[in-house]
Amino acid sequence: MNGASGFEIFWWAVIPYVALAIFVIGHVWRYRYDQFGWTTRSTELQEKRWLRWGGPIFHYATFLAIGGHVIGILVPASWTKAIGISEPVYRWFAAAAGTVAVVGVLVGVAILAGRRIFVTRVRATTSPVDWFILILLLVEIVLGFAMTTVVNLLGAGYNYRATVSVWFRSLFAGSPNVHAIASAPVLYQIHVSLAWLIVAAWPFTRLVHAWSAPVWYMWRPFVVYRSRRANRPNEPGTSGRRWRRIGVRY
Amino acid sequence: MRIMAQVCMVMNLDKCIGCHTCSVTCKQTWTNRPGTEYVYFNNVETKPGLGYPARYEDQEQWHGGWTLDRKGRLTLKAGSRLKKLISIFCNPDLPTIEDYHEPYSYDYARLITAPAGTKAPSVSTRSALTGREMNPTWGANWEDDLAGAPARALQDPNIVALPEDAAEKVKLDFESVFMFYLPRICEHCLNPSCVASCPSGAMYKREEDGIVLVDQDRCRGWRFCVSGCPYKKVYFNHRTGKAEKCTFCFPRIEAGLPTVCSETCVGRLRYLGLMLYDADKVLAAAATSDPASLYEAQLEVFLDPDDPAVATEAERQGIPHDWLAAARRSPTYALIARHRVALPLHPEYRTMPMVWYIPPLSPVADVTAAAGYDDAEADNVFAAIDALRIPVEYLANLFTAGDTGPVRSSLRRLAMVRSVMRAHQLGQDPAVHAADVGLTDEAAEDLFRLLAIARYEDRYVVPPAHAEDAGRLLAQHDLSGCSLESEGGPGMGGDGPEREAVPGFHLLDEGSADASVAGRDNRGRLHLRVAENPAPGPFGLAGAGGSA
Repeated sequence: MNGASGFEIFWWAVIPYVALAIFVIGHVWRYRYDQFGWTTRSTELQEKRWLRWGGPIFHYATFLAIGGHVIGILVPASWTKAIGISEPVYRWFAAAAGTVAVVGVLVGVAILAGRRIFVTRVRATTSPVDWFILILLLVEIVLGFAMTTVVNLLGAGYNYRATVSVWFRSLFAGSPNVHAIASAPVLYQIHVSLAWLIVAAWPFTRLVHAWSAPVWYMWRPFVVYRSRRANRPNEPGTSGRRWRRIGVRY
Repeated sequence: MRIMAQVCMVMNLDKCIGCHTCSVTCKQTWTNRPGTEYVYFNNVETKPGLGYPARYEDQEQWHGGWTLDRKGRLTLKAGSRLKKLISIFCNPDLPTIEDYHEPYSYDYARLITAPAGTKAPSVSTRSALTGREMNPTWGANWEDDLAGAPARALQDPNIVALPEDAAEKVKLDFESVFMFYLPRICEHCLNPSCVASCPSGAMYKREEDGIVLVDQDRCRGWRFCVSGCPYKKVYFNHRTGKAEKCTFCFPRIEAGLPTVCSETCVGRLRYLGLMLYDADKVLAAAATSDPASLYEAQLEVFLDPDDPAVATEAERQGIPHDWLAAARRSPTYALIARHRVALPLHPEYRTMPMVWYIPPLSPVADVTAAAGYDDAEADNVFAAIDALRIPVEYLANLFTAGDTGPVRSSLRRLAMVRSVMRAHQLGQDPAVHAADVGLTDEAAEDLFRLLAIARYEDRYVVPPAHAEDAGRLLAQHDLSGCSLESEGGPGMGGDGPEREAVPGFHLLDEGSADASVAGRDNRGRLHLRVAENPAPGPFGLAGAGGSA
């Protein structure tokens, strides 16, 4: 961290840790206090014609994009090199697959945002925090499109694995490599900064439904029985109903 | 043998006058909140008609309930678990608000705020979803009393499924029209497909009384319960993003009180009682290959509480003694299994529903009378059952997956009771006897008492949940909250009356009933009473009641 300015340390080392702390503590708090508000907030009942396309396209393309981020950021460049993938080959592959993903996400979010804005019934269900996270995601996705498609597929390309990825992994190693990220292009820096904002906002938005992906449904028995087992009453103030304002306009 | 108890309802459709009191009181109790405007835990449909939501009975369209796969195994009609998870981002089978109706109210303030003038101000419809003006085109009660039937009623899935010659008999012109009411609540099925469809595992069936509930804290709004229920009795609260459904008024049931819809039923057509069943047999019964045999298969699942072997085993498995006693007195067991006049609604969905119906006989009697016959003559009545303006096949499509046998048998038993009682009242010799329809005189007497006398304490035999469990039940009570706690309600702002401790309620003390004709209990409810030891009945038995 030698030679980094105070601002750089604050921006690229302190903020990420603060965001992660908010992420973890926020989720614990929300899970404990707001089970009732923990939902997908689906608007399929109100509108289905656009959701039929927008919902699946957005989510599946997002899975692709998340996979791309895992490969590009968590897997060190040396590993892919070790299995014989050279940097140009990797970049070409990442830019092409990434473009498929980001175009899908873009189309999906455009449909979803469109119906949220123009379909009155859906707009009426939208709370301020929904607008906040939606705009944040829109900007983040457009930036992602610019980096993946404009810079890496059509443009000269940028080897973010030498800077952004190195810095990101160093955060989890406990010794933030501020230099690495500080030298990255502004486009990448804004994308990353907004990402921390999303991470910090995550537990307070409807995005929490991502952690409830019901994968175990595949294995559980069909009919669930419950007996009157001794359930302790909720601690005062933690019944969940008090906190339902989160994500819900009442 | 795994013995379980289930609270069960039977509705006598002959008595339903379509007043919607059950729907109104249910709504006031459970769904008078933002987000549940369109939700009717209880609704009353006019049949023939499309129902609510429109055409919900057509499972080729909605894919609710269960079906058998190629190997004859039970599987959800909507497809495999994997298919569900893959299509979770837009549930293809979910009805939209148009299939129910866009909820609305009126801008009543305009009546006051309209500028002075010669014209009387009028109010316009305002959508509860958007606040904008709207034009209602469909609703829960749109087809009441066959409104719009000439245009729509022939699309009733039960008519569409009729064979051609039977369908031709369905007439919708004014002269020969036919209708009856069908009140519907959640069926609290033995094999609930909504529970099986819930990806979160938030829905469950209570082990003690079989009531199916949604855990509001665990529901994540994936919506598959809504589409998985073939009766469309799970609803999506559009404000909270969670599923809600008929609770069988569990706080009342636990206290030994009937549900709100039963308590307030003007026609007194609802019966509540326990059914004992063998949980190990449910899946095999639901997988019966011939849909028309599902009714019989479900009867096989029920256990006779008077069978000493069943009673012994039930006590061994922990079913409380007073619950067993209640099961023996259960009016629903009597109507379903002992006298076999009640039938399940759409057994072909394979969910093993637990709200059963006594098919309507009145229209048959009307037909006989209109044709100039004396409906006391059993032969005429029996003949008329087959000559219904709406064919028995229609009722069979509702209640027995198309098998007319059980419907006909039930109607004949009802006709027999009516015929014998009429002869008795007029001092004539009855033209038919209980034996003609396969009943003993004792059974016929019991059936008469259940259907015609139908006293409060005979209609509702609900054993209270055990007091020692009361504290534990609190956690489940927490789901319900107070319906006044909506925005601006008295429960929120402190404008409402102070909440008082719930005063102790007392059920009618059965032991204190004297031979008076009418009495007022300590809750102010007026009861018409019949003497405890009535004169010998028409079937020659003195006061042979249900528990005799």
